[in-house]
Order: sequence, then structure tokens, then C-alpha cells
Amino acid sequence: MSAKIKKYPGHPLKSAEVREGKVLTSRWKPKAKYMWSAGVAMSRFLNELKKGKIVGTKCNKCGRIMVPPRVFCEQCFKSTDKWTYVKDTGTVNTYSVSFIAGDASRIKEPIIVAIIDLDGASPGMGIQHKISEINWKEVKFGMKVKAVWRPPEERKGTITDIKYFKPI
Amino acid sequence: MLGKKRVAIVGAGLTLFRRNLKETGKELCYGATKMALDSAGLTLKDIDSVAFGSAPDAFDGIHMKGENMVDGSGAWRKPFSRVFVGGGTGVFTADAGWWHVASGLFDTCLVVAEEKMSSCYPHPAYAFTTIFDPMMSRPLGTTLIWIFALEMHRYMHRHGIKKEQIALVSVKNKKNALDHPCAQLAANITVEDVLNSEIMCWPVQRLDISPTSDGAAALVLASEDVAKKITDNPVWIDGVGWCIDSTYWTNRDLYYPDYVEYAARMAYKMAGIKNPPKEIDVAEPYDPFDYKELHHMEGLLLCKKGEAPKLTAEGVTQRDGDLPINPSGGLLGVGNPIAAAGLMKVCEIFWQLRGEAGKRQVPGDPRTGLAQAWGDLMQYGSVIVLRR
Repeated sequence: MSAKIKKYPGHPLKSAEVREGKVLTSRWKPKAKYMWSAGVAMSRFLNELKKGKIVGTKCNKCGRIMVPPRVFCEQCFKSTDKWTYVKDTGTVNTYSVSFIAGDASRIKEPIIVAIIDLDGASPGMGIQHKISEINWKEVKFGMKVKAVWRPPEERKGTITDIKYFKPI
Repeated sequence: MLGKKRVAIVGAGLTLFRRNLKETGKELCYGATKMALDSAGLTLKDIDSVAFGSAPDAFDGIHMKGENMVDGSGAWRKPFSRVFVGGGTGVFTADAGWWHVASGLFDTCLVVAEEKMSSCYPHPAYAFTTIFDPMMSRPLGTTLIWIFALEMHRYMHRHGIKKEQIALVSVKNKKNALDHPCAQLAANITVEDVLNSEIMCWPVQRLDISPTSDGAAALVLASEDVAKKITDNPVWIDGVGWCIDSTYWTNRDLYYPDYVEYAARMAYKMAGIKNPPKEIDVAEPYDPFDYKELHHMEGLLLCKKGEAPKLTAEGVTQRDGDLPINPSGGLLGVGNPIAAAGLMKVCEIFWQLRGEAGKRQVPGDPRTGLAQAWGDLMQYGSVIVLRR
């Protein structure tokens, strides 16, 4: 069939036709706003960030110390057993370097994005964050990094209470 | 075979894939669905049910867009359901159509997948920023390319893979797409072109990525007894599989897609496939990025972990190679209207196994093929195995 069909449906538009208003369109901008409850586990996690600490939860069945913390272990499917602090140091599991913003526009200073496996958590328990105070070409897999915290009075109980991680 | 009834594909349809098509989503659905029905010599009266797939509503800006598309999908006064598993939707919609018929509930089922990403401006990438966790990811300004670049880099690091090895996938697929009449980004490019293209999010560059697109695809499925009355040339759905991993994506090693392997094993078991590289004649793994084709070849057990770049360099995955991969041109070449792109891959395998793929036809009279899609937070795989 594919070989026999001469014409496939679809009328391509040129970007100039759209830009110059030669195509009839209708526009709308969503006005909905959202406010999420942080939930049971994340409320504690975010409050600890305010104090300059990173907390995880432990499941006594599989033994995993998990970050971000959860009130249940998704593998053993039981409640987690205790809160446990992990360190604010870790190693770079993987990283990427962004030259574009969310709307695909270019940004001037590249952002170094990383998954950081935190010391004191189970192996491979990483969190996503940014790396700074280093040229992006110098970043290495397995590099040791440490959290750079906002001053206590500026902390709001969000993941950005850690400004970024820096090499140590 | 697992189901109560064996299920065949008896028709397929596809629209052009383009950055911006004049048609609305439902008009695109109509184009693909009508073509699929015509190719099977059927009308809407012959159809018992409709399985529909489309990815985030945020692209179309129409909440619950499944309902918006029903009239174009041939679902007027019929049992209709929409499935949605992110980028994995296209192949999963075919899987969903399979269970409609395999269960014995329906003799025929239309499978329709649509995406119209151009409605979201200035760039549909912005709609993707709403998929992330509100506490851990969004405050950091996370984008989709950031996280895929994290995965690509981890894969490269674990196996010592170079960018020029990965770029060969983009070169191959965009070239294959030169023979696809619906293709959006078909081109003759070189490895150097890829390596010199604009850096989006290192290690991802412009030519490592598939475009955003508008498009639709459709299939007609029928139970064995009905299929044999419709055509002398049915293509059988002999295996389906799907699997999801944890949403805690920073707690997994991204170098290998375990969930794709689980989905593949489910489909292979159903199809009685013991040695995938030997038994699969042609495959369409999901390739929204060039590294994903390699990542998925490994997850689908078509080669060993870390071996896909070597097979690519040796030409094994070319159309005339021992294991042709993405002979359509894939998402990198044909385009990536998300759900429609996944179903385009199933259409391609259908045409390849019927010997109807024209200039794209792989040699050697292929009898068994596979299509796969991938999505959500780097956590979902859907697989379908087809046989002539």
C-alpha cells in the first residue's frame, strides 16, 4: 500500500504564512494556577533543607536509604521505617550542560545539570541539581561535590535552598 | 499465543509529518483513518471498536483531547478508549487495539494515533516542563532535553562511547527518510554536520534530535477469521509487551533501560522468540534522539549491552545490513508527532513484512519485525512483534 499511494493527507504551512497572519488561527492563554501540598515525606525533607540538612528514609526490609525520602518503599511496598540524615556531599553520576531555556531559546551562561549520588544514601540514590564554580568542560564523572547553601535567612524550604553543588 | 483470538493488521494509513500542518487534530485523524480503511477495503460499518492514542493534552491545548478527536477517528457511536503513556503511546495504542480483538470482545478495531505539537507556541518544548515533579525538579527549571542529555551522557560514560559513533545513527536515519513520502527532515548529512551542529544541552546537539511535528497514523486490526476474509496478506500481531519503571528517575542507573528489556521479554515470550537478533528480520526502535536507537537496540536484546554502536559502524543496521534498524527513517528523519510517530513505526513494519515499502523495502523477504516506543520520565517501554 505504501508503495502504491501517490498522495498522503496533509497541507504543510510555511512559518512565514503563520507569522504574517495569512493563516486563520484562534489564540488562548491558560489562566489556571496550581498550588501543590508538599506531602508528608517532602514536607519533612524541605523543612530539613531550611536547617541546612538533607534527610532520607530507610526501609528495613530491603535496607535502602532513599533520597528523595518517601513514606513507603515502592519496591517492598511497605511503610518506610525511619528518617535518616545523609551528607551534603556526593559524586557526579552523570551531567549535562544546557545552552537553552525551557522554551528552547538560547541562554548566555550554560547551566551544568547533574545527578549527584549523595554520601550516606544507598549506592545510586541520586538527586538532580546544578553544579557551579567550575568551567563546564572541566566537569568529570565521579567528581566529588558539596552543596553550597543559601544563607539561613534566605532559605524557604525548597530544593533551591541549595544554590548548587561545587567541586571539592 | 496468549489471546483468545489471533489478531492481524489488515490496513494502515499515515499523513504527512510536518512542523506545522493546516489540518486540525481531528482532520489529521480522519486522513490517516480513512487511508487505513480504504487500504483494507473496509468502511466504518465494518469497525467494532476504536483504540486511540495521543500524548500530553498540553500540546493541543485541548484538555481531554481524545474526545475532541473521536469524529475523525471513526469512533462515532462506537466503543472508544484513549490510552496515554507519554512517548510510549504510539506502540502502546497498537498493543491496546490487540487486546480489544484478542480478548474476543470485538472482531475489528481501528487504532488511531495523533499529535499536533505546533499549536503550542513559541515552542512546544515548553509544554514538557509541566511533566516534572513540583518539589524536586521544577524549581530548578528542568527541561526535557536536560534529562535526556543526562541519560545520553551516562550511557556514553559507562561504555566509553564517542559522539561520532552515535552521530552515525542520525546520518543513517535521515538518509533512510529520503525514501519516505511523509518525511519532515530527510537529508544527506555527515557525521561532521552532526558534530558541528548547535549545542542544545551537551552532549545533545541539534542534529542528535528529532523535530517537533504534526501528524497522524492509523491501523485496522481484525480477528483471524475476519482478517482472512479481508485480505490474503494479513500481518499477525504475535507479541505485545509493556513495562514501566520507578518515577524516581535519579535513583536509577540510566545507562540501561531495564523496563524496555522487560517489555521485550513479555512480547518475545508471547511470540515464542528465543534468539531476538537471529529471529527479528527488521526493527523500528524508538529514536527521538540518535543515542536512543542504540540504547533501545540493547534494551530489546538485539545486541549485547554497549555493542549497538559497533554494529552501527559496521553497517549491520543499514537497510541492506543483517539487522536493518529504522528503515523508515525513524523519528530523526520522518519526524516526531509523538503518538503518531510510534504508530508510524508499526505501519512501517506492516508495510515491510507485506513487501510494500517501496524504495524503503529491506531485502531478504523479511518475515518477523518489531516496533518499540519509549516515554514518560525515561521509564516506559512498549513493544509489538509482527509476523507475516
